[in-house]
Amino acid sequence: MTPSPDRRRFGDSKKDRIDALAQTAGSTAGGAQGGTVMTVADAGRVSGGEGQSLIASAWKRLRRNPVFLTGAAITFVFIVLAIIGPWIAPYDPVAQPLLSQVRRQTNPVPGPQPGFPLGGDDVGRDLLSRLLVGGRQTLIVGVLATLGGLFGGLTLGTLAGAIGGWVDSLVMRIVDVMLSIPGLILAVSIAAIAASPSQTTVIIAIAVVQIPIFARLLRGSMLAQRASDHVLAARALGVKPHAIVFRHMLPNSLGPVIVQATLVLATAIIEAAGLSFLGLGNPDDRQPEWGQMLGQAQNYVSDYPHLAIYPALCIIVVALGFTLMGESLREALDPKSRR
Amino acid sequence: MSQTTSYASTSDAARHGDEPLLQVRDLKVTFKRQGEEPFVAVDGIDFDVRPGQTVGLVGESGCGKSVTSLAIMGLLPKRGNRVEGEVLFNGTDLLKLSDSDMRDRRGQELAMIFQDPLSSLNPVVPVGLQVAEVLERHKGMSRKAAMVVAREMLDKVGIPDPDRRLKDYPHQMSGGMRQRALIAIALACEPRLLIADEPTTALDVTIQAQILTLLKDLVRETGTALIMITHDLGVVAGLCDEVNVLYAGRIVERAERHPLFEQPRHPYTNGLLESIPKLEVGRGERLNPIPGSVADNLPWTSACAFAPRCLNALEVCREQTPQLEMDFGRALRCFNPVEVAR
Repeated sequence: MTPSPDRRRFGDSKKDRIDALAQTAGSTAGGAQGGTVMTVADAGRVSGGEGQSLIASAWKRLRRNPVFLTGAAITFVFIVLAIIGPWIAPYDPVAQPLLSQVRRQTNPVPGPQPGFPLGGDDVGRDLLSRLLVGGRQTLIVGVLATLGGLFGGLTLGTLAGAIGGWVDSLVMRIVDVMLSIPGLILAVSIAAIAASPSQTTVIIAIAVVQIPIFARLLRGSMLAQRASDHVLAARALGVKPHAIVFRHMLPNSLGPVIVQATLVLATAIIEAAGLSFLGLGNPDDRQPEWGQMLGQAQNYVSDYPHLAIYPALCIIVVALGFTLMGESLREALDPKSRR
Repeated sequence: MSQTTSYASTSDAARHGDEPLLQVRDLKVTFKRQGEEPFVAVDGIDFDVRPGQTVGLVGESGCGKSVTSLAIMGLLPKRGNRVEGEVLFNGTDLLKLSDSDMRDRRGQELAMIFQDPLSSLNPVVPVGLQVAEVLERHKGMSRKAAMVVAREMLDKVGIPDPDRRLKDYPHQMSGGMRQRALIAIALACEPRLLIADEPTTALDVTIQAQILTLLKDLVRETGTALIMITHDLGVVAGLCDEVNVLYAGRIVERAERHPLFEQPRHPYTNGLLESIPKLEVGRGERLNPIPGSVADNLPWTSACAFAPRCLNALEVCREQTPQLEMDFGRALRCFNPVEVAR
């Protein structure tokens, strides 16, 4: 594996990185074969003892990994806040308790004051409440976009990896075309096609951007599975092709895809914020969303930067949380990094 | 020695047995690669397997043993391979069957055991379910009924505490137990022919003996015919009724087990037997390996492929192709066989 994902150089293309990741799936089988040597050595013990699965040993290392724990803690707090946000927010995010202080010319943004630790926004709504409630929309966008991308990618990747031949070529060329367009530009184009921007168009746009990543990744590990011994053994037992794909190949190929999904969650949240910032997000600000708040802060960013900084910090921290968790998951599940 | 007599009786039974279950006729497998000469991996192999008989295919790496077995099972990829000849199973030519007909027979009438028991099991499915899967597929059993039979099968292949092991994943089992599980899967539908492709190579020597005994017992008990593919003459000596020695894709000698081991006629068979370390030989005595490697082969079309490595090679060996000829109940492909010791 020449372009190791750990030592990836700046010039490496997206394709190479995905393929390198897909290879780690293939090497899961390789690592398992390496394991046979050990089992042969102690094959005399019939009881064998409890074997340690890849997941069990990964978890054992993850439990003591500060990077993973930090990521997991951030993610956990974020998810809890997204769920209970509306109940702990001091004010209704739509109410305008500070409206009386807003002066278009002299004081467009009410500052922090007792009861309003972060102050208000340009129409007198409580900033803290909006941040607390906004997490939910951000999470929904991130999760749905990732799930959408996952679903599309799994479908295309399964088609390509399972059928092979011209279907594989066709699907992978489409995927290559999609990969050749930078993610955000593709998302902007898709979001711009929609007549009126909304939450749904953001989700769809970001989901489409993630499809090729998942498709390529899954196809790579499916191909490795297709050449594996246990698939040959299943064929030798007369197992039908669809059962081979769905019971033997797909479950064994999902590992790297799931890891990638945690990483994509972070990207999806950032890209959703980006789209909202560019005005392609949900224009209805009765449902606050961090990217949208960031976008609306543009008008005041020179005089009142805190309007932009708070939602931006939230996005950064959450994206960092998902990334830390995903990266340490990937490392833990990569048999090559096992000591 | 008492064991040996019991073998003789089984081989007798097999000899007087019914019609052959499997007849391989002039099987030829060619690998075609773009921009390269086609490579003939199996070059016109004939052999029969009668019901209940154990037939060995012996030879070194690259002689076409595994390719022969994959060709019989119809598991060679269609692209880039050409399989010619006939594989008559109970009178039906397996090579002419449609994919779905062949799939119905695989696992049901013919089954196969592979070399590496860990990588041959699906790592994410509990072993019990993997046995049940075959039963559901071929016997149309419900999951529940299949699990009952799966438990019986695990018990039958000597896996202790089968109730618990049903739910175990392959990685939780030891190497020997995994191979037992694979045997259970292969024999679940009571196939009439079992192909074992180096089933003991990945195992510890002590476990090898257990697995071979198990195979021998199960085969005798169920009347399943067995094709044993191995490079290990020790395995052949303990198990097979009839032995086919392969070299460079052709059978060079075929005989029943005892005549073959007592008096190998082909220089290659002789060399294989000579190269086995013997306990009775004194200290400091060197082994007798076969010189050279498979890479030295001549093409069968114009000479004897083994001639460059053969101690008995004559002029004619490099000029003509020897034919497989019958000689006192054994088939031999050699111009200058090893003399019978008197």
